[in-house]
Order: sequence, then C-alpha cells, then structure tokens
Amino acid sequence: MPLVKQGRIITDLFVHVADGAELPGDGAILISAARFLEDPEAILKRAGKTGVIWPNSRAVDDLVPYLERLAAVALVFPTFRDGRAYSQARLLRERHGYDGELRATGQILRDQFVFMTRAGFDAFEVKKDADADAFAETMKRYSVFYQPTGDGRVTALNRRMQLRHSESAGQ
Amino acid sequence: MYAYDELDRTLINERVSEFRDQVKRRLSGELTEDEFKILRLQNGVYLQLHAYMFRVAIPYGTLSSKQLRRLAHVARRYDRGYGHFTTRQNIQFNWIKLAELPDALAELADVGIHAMQTSGNNMRNVTSDQWAGVAPGEVEDPRIWSEILRQHTTLHPEFSFLPRKFKIAITASEHDRAAIKIHDIGLRLHKNADGETGFEVLVGGGLGRTPFIAKTIKPFVHGRDILSYVEAILRVYNQYGRRDNIYKARIKILVHELGIEKFAREVEEEWKLMGDVGLTLDHSAIEEVRSRFSYPAYEKLPHMPDELKQAAADPLFERWRKNSVAPHKVQGYSIVTLSLKPVGGPPGDATADQMDAVADLADKYSFGEIRVGHEQNLALPHVAKRDLPQLWRALDRLGLATPNVNLVTDIIACPGLDYCSLANARSIPIAQELTRRFANHDTADMIGRLHINISGCINACGHHHVGHIGILGVEKNGEEFYQITIGGRADENAQMGVLIGPAVPYAEVADVIEDIVEAYLALRDRPEELFVDTVKRLGVEPFKERVYATR
Repeated sequence: MPLVKQGRIITDLFVHVADGAELPGDGAILISAARFLEDPEAILKRAGKTGVIWPNSRAVDDLVPYLERLAAVALVFPTFRDGRAYSQARLLRERHGYDGELRATGQILRDQFVFMTRAGFDAFEVKKDADADAFAETMKRYSVFYQPTGDGRVTALNRRMQLRHSESAGQ
Repeated sequence: MYAYDELDRTLINERVSEFRDQVKRRLSGELTEDEFKILRLQNGVYLQLHAYMFRVAIPYGTLSSKQLRRLAHVARRYDRGYGHFTTRQNIQFNWIKLAELPDALAELADVGIHAMQTSGNNMRNVTSDQWAGVAPGEVEDPRIWSEILRQHTTLHPEFSFLPRKFKIAITASEHDRAAIKIHDIGLRLHKNADGETGFEVLVGGGLGRTPFIAKTIKPFVHGRDILSYVEAILRVYNQYGRRDNIYKARIKILVHELGIEKFAREVEEEWKLMGDVGLTLDHSAIEEVRSRFSYPAYEKLPHMPDELKQAAADPLFERWRKNSVAPHKVQGYSIVTLSLKPVGGPPGDATADQMDAVADLADKYSFGEIRVGHEQNLALPHVAKRDLPQLWRALDRLGLATPNVNLVTDIIACPGLDYCSLANARSIPIAQELTRRFANHDTADMIGRLHINISGCINACGHHHVGHIGILGVEKNGEEFYQITIGGRADENAQMGVLIGPAVPYAEVADVIEDIVEAYLALRDRPEELFVDTVKRLGVEPFKERVYATR
C-alpha cells in the first residue's frame, strides 16, 4: 500500500507493531491506541519515534496530553463512507495545535484527498497505486473553497470581499 | 435572483470535471460499483428500477427562465422529454444514460445549475419558502441565508461523509411553507427584542420509518453565528451519530436517544470550544451575499387594475384567481402558483415543452423568475395584477391552470413503484385515480383546503405522515396495501397523522378516501372548518367508524 506524504510517494519509515508483538528497541513505530495508553510514558521514553493509530470511535481528548511528543497520529477510515476521522483531524490540528504527521488509513481513494488535506491530513496510506500516482493531479482539481479550515486557504467569500475592498480603494 | 460569480462558476465546473473523471474510471472498471456508488450519489445519480435517475438541485427553489429552459433541454436531449419536480426543490430525470451524464452536467453548469449533494450522506440542497422575498410580512428574504448555507455546505471538508443524509430548511414567514419541523435542522428567521435578526434553531425532525417533529435546541442564534452553530451541531452528529444501523443513523435518533437537553448541552459545549474559527459573519460578509441578489424593478401599480375588474366577470378566471393567486408584498403584484397536478396526471411532472413555455411566460410576466415549492408546483413570483387574465389564458392552453392549489387534488406523491427501487407499492396511479374522483371543482372547492400525501414506501418521500390525509403503500403477501393516516400537517403547527385502522388493498384506496371526505363534510361544524381542524377536534374515531363499518 503506497504512502503519500507531502505530495510524494515515500517509503514508510514507521513499522506497524501488532498489539501482542514485542516493541523494537529503536526506530519509528506505529502502535494501537489501546497499547499506547497502557503505558504511554514508557513507550514515549524509548529511542525512536512513536506514532499512534487512533480509532474513530474514541474522542481525541484522551490523546491530547501526549500530542507534543508524538511523531505521527494515524486516523482510520474503516469504510469509504465513515467520515468520523475528518472531525478528529480538524480537532487535532485546529483545536489542539497538533503539528506532527497526520495520516489517513483504511479505505483511501483519490476522491477523498481534497477533503482530507483540507481537514488537516498530510499523509495517506492509499489503497490503489494509481490513486497514489494521481495525488498531485487530484490536488489541483479544485481552486475554489467555500469553508474556512485550518489549511489556511482563502475562502470564496473572503476573496470576494478582498476584491470589493481593492476595487473601492482604487476608486 | 442570486447571480453566481466567476468563483461559483469555477467551482461547479471543477466539480463537473471531477465527476467526468469518476464516470470514466467507473466505465473502465477502475472503480468498483461499491466505490462509485457514493461518488455518484454525491452528484445526484441513483440507480433505479429501470435506469439511472438524475436529481438536480434547485437551491431554495429559485430558477431563472434561462435555467428552466436549460432543464427543458436536458429533459429533451438526455431524457424522455419530461422531468419530475420533487418535495425538496429538486428536479429528477428518470431515464438518463451514465455515459452522457457528465455532458448533461456540463450543460447545466453553463447556466449555474448543479447536482451536488442532492443525494448521499452529506448536507443536502438547502431548501426554503418558495415565496421567499415576495411574501408579505416576511422578516427578510431567507434566501440570503439559504445561499450563505448553500455555499458553506457545498463540498464541506468535514461533513461530506456523515452517518446519513442531512437536510436544512429555512423560513422567514409566520406561516411556514418550508416544512422546517420535518428537517434535520429547521431555521426560523425572526427578530429578537433588540431588533436583531437571528434564528430559532430546531433539530431532529424527519419522516421515514421513525418520524419526529423537530425540537427547538436554541430559541435565538444571532445571524452572525449561524454557521458556527450549525457546524457545532454537525460536528456532534458526525462523531456520535450511529453508524451501526442505517435506520438509526439520522440525527433525529441521536437527539431522541440523548434527549434534546443533553444534545443541546453537547452542542453548546462544542460551540464554546470552537471559538473564533473564521465562521463568524460580520456585517460586510452578510452584505456581500445580499448584494448579489437582485430584485425586480417593480412599477407603481394600482391595487385593483381595470383588467382584473373586467376579467372578474368570467367565472372560470375567477375560480383560478381565487385558487392560484396569492398576495405579494408589493402593491399591484401577485404570486401565481402553477399547478403541476392536472386531472389524471402524475403529480409534479412537467414536459420539456411546458418548461420552455413557463420560461417564456416568466420572461413576459415575472421578471424572468420561477419558483419551485415542496408541494411539487411551480410559481411565478412577480406577476403584475393587470397581466393575470392574459397569463391565465396562456397557462390554460399549457394545461397549467388547473384551479386546485391546496385542494384535495393538489396531491403530493413520490414516484413509487413505477420508478423507485425502494418502493413497495405504486403512488402515481393512486394519485391519478384520486384526481379523477375529485375532478369536480365545485365539490373540491366545498371541501376546501385538504392535503393528500402519498408515499410508496416507509421512506416517506411523499411526506405521508404530514398529509392531512396520508397514504402509505406497504406490501402484504406480494400485494399492494395502503395504510391511511389523518390529521398530519407540515406547517408551523406540524404534527404526524394518526393511523385510522388496518391497511386497505389498492383497489379500495380511492373509496376509502372518499368515505373520509364524506365523513368530514358531515362532521365539520361550519364550512370554514378545515378537514385537519375537524380531525383535531374529533380525533380519528368517527372517521375510522365511517371507513371500517361497512368493510
């Protein structure tokens, strides 16, 4: 499954460690929320980056105390149609100021990339190779956005008001 | 009318190009039907019994004549020459080819029409009063707020994959023509004690298998805060709405399970935590949207022109005028409803030729503007009273002057088993039969305002729960049966109808409805007492007795 990050297909440096399996002594790991919350301090002390896979049925509040020390948070789209992680992503980025990797996992197709980046995701475990290849092209699909989000894009309304302002200033 | 600018047009075109790519990937097999389904639904494309059905948005029910002509063109070029206006300010085409859909969408985009979010589990096309901006006594034109919400809900990055569909309706009148109490969010525009404009926010209404009337979550939300407040509701719903069971995924179930007080507290907390995230609408933002609505240059006209006085001698004209013409906020003008309910016709259908002709009449008599209401009728919102006789003659020639607005034959009906893959029973033939039974105008006029709503299945697209008489098709041992409810209404006093007894077979429905109407005529305490008020006063028992005593 290709990983797209910051617009490019890259090698995943994080090793997914299953719940029962032994943690490697160093290196970047990606573990489940349940395992992480068993003893977060011990895990965060190991050498190597920590990433947590956070289920979409659990409030992100429980993760907030550790955000500054996490290198990655992976949110889950168990099906294409289950959009809870969009809200979690915006809360992590916009309310809790999380600035590490925010990864979308599960059923990820190119048709969600724009929504996901607008909600704050910057890494994508993409289901189909062709979709990963099309990432850059897909991101160019839209040039107009109506809603303000943490991605900082200027909304249509603000563009209109700026235009109006500069027009009236020029008169 | 609201004028789309370059930005709106660009977005619609970008959406068409994305959908073109999605259709291409589906046709090549790159997308599975399961993957494609959600994508096509977000563009209003259903797979129905016989073909693809294509639902086009008419935001807040306002159309220009140019747009209506383009809809006629799509009906002719890509479909079978007609379209069906629905209960949610949409038009549906029933026989469209998947491979041609991107072209049809591109032709619509050309005149500022799209099909975004007319289906799927996202925020649907925002609906409003079809008389918005012209009804006397309105707080202000609710379409300004509808448009603000239309923009905000379009391709929303957080709420495009909700637990279920989500519908918002807005009214700014005392009399609710937008049926806000049966929507996921209902917004009632009003002014507070300080004269500021804001909204009573209602939440959790809806029909379907678990019908609920919406409850007030907050009596006053200032206009500037409406986007953030709606966003807070949606965020709570997106996180806590059930996804384990499609039948329990609507916000009405969440509100019901938590209770409105607890749900309101959750929303309030989310709203407070949200803080200022750029959603507050300052005066200039609201004015920016308002400035792009244009209004007709009305003339100064007499209240009662000579043309109208003369035409009053014609009883056929008078009958139509009394039935179809409503007061306008500007003296000398009227709002004219065009009935899409001819005797024997499928409710809400219009042919391409009729659409073109209505567009021409709108240009001639209504400043080029047309409205679509949830009762599946059209309206011309700015007709000078002096033009009414001429307009009537033209409408009559087109079959659009049936004087039955709000009468017993002004039936709301879903497409039912004739088109819909979900339906258990037919709706259209029942409606057609009833229009024949009550075709005599004098009888219908004597009966007075009486709304019959028909749904072919529990999903309630025909809003049967809130019909004064509701007819719901069910299937029993492979046969079509119909449950009858009475006493429902969708206005500011909205309530669900009450079942009168066991379901009746297809062949008996029209007889039963006639029995109910006869019972009402015998039971009402004066001719002005509406059917629905008689039911309220007496309950269902006397009607039940009349219907089942001989069956």
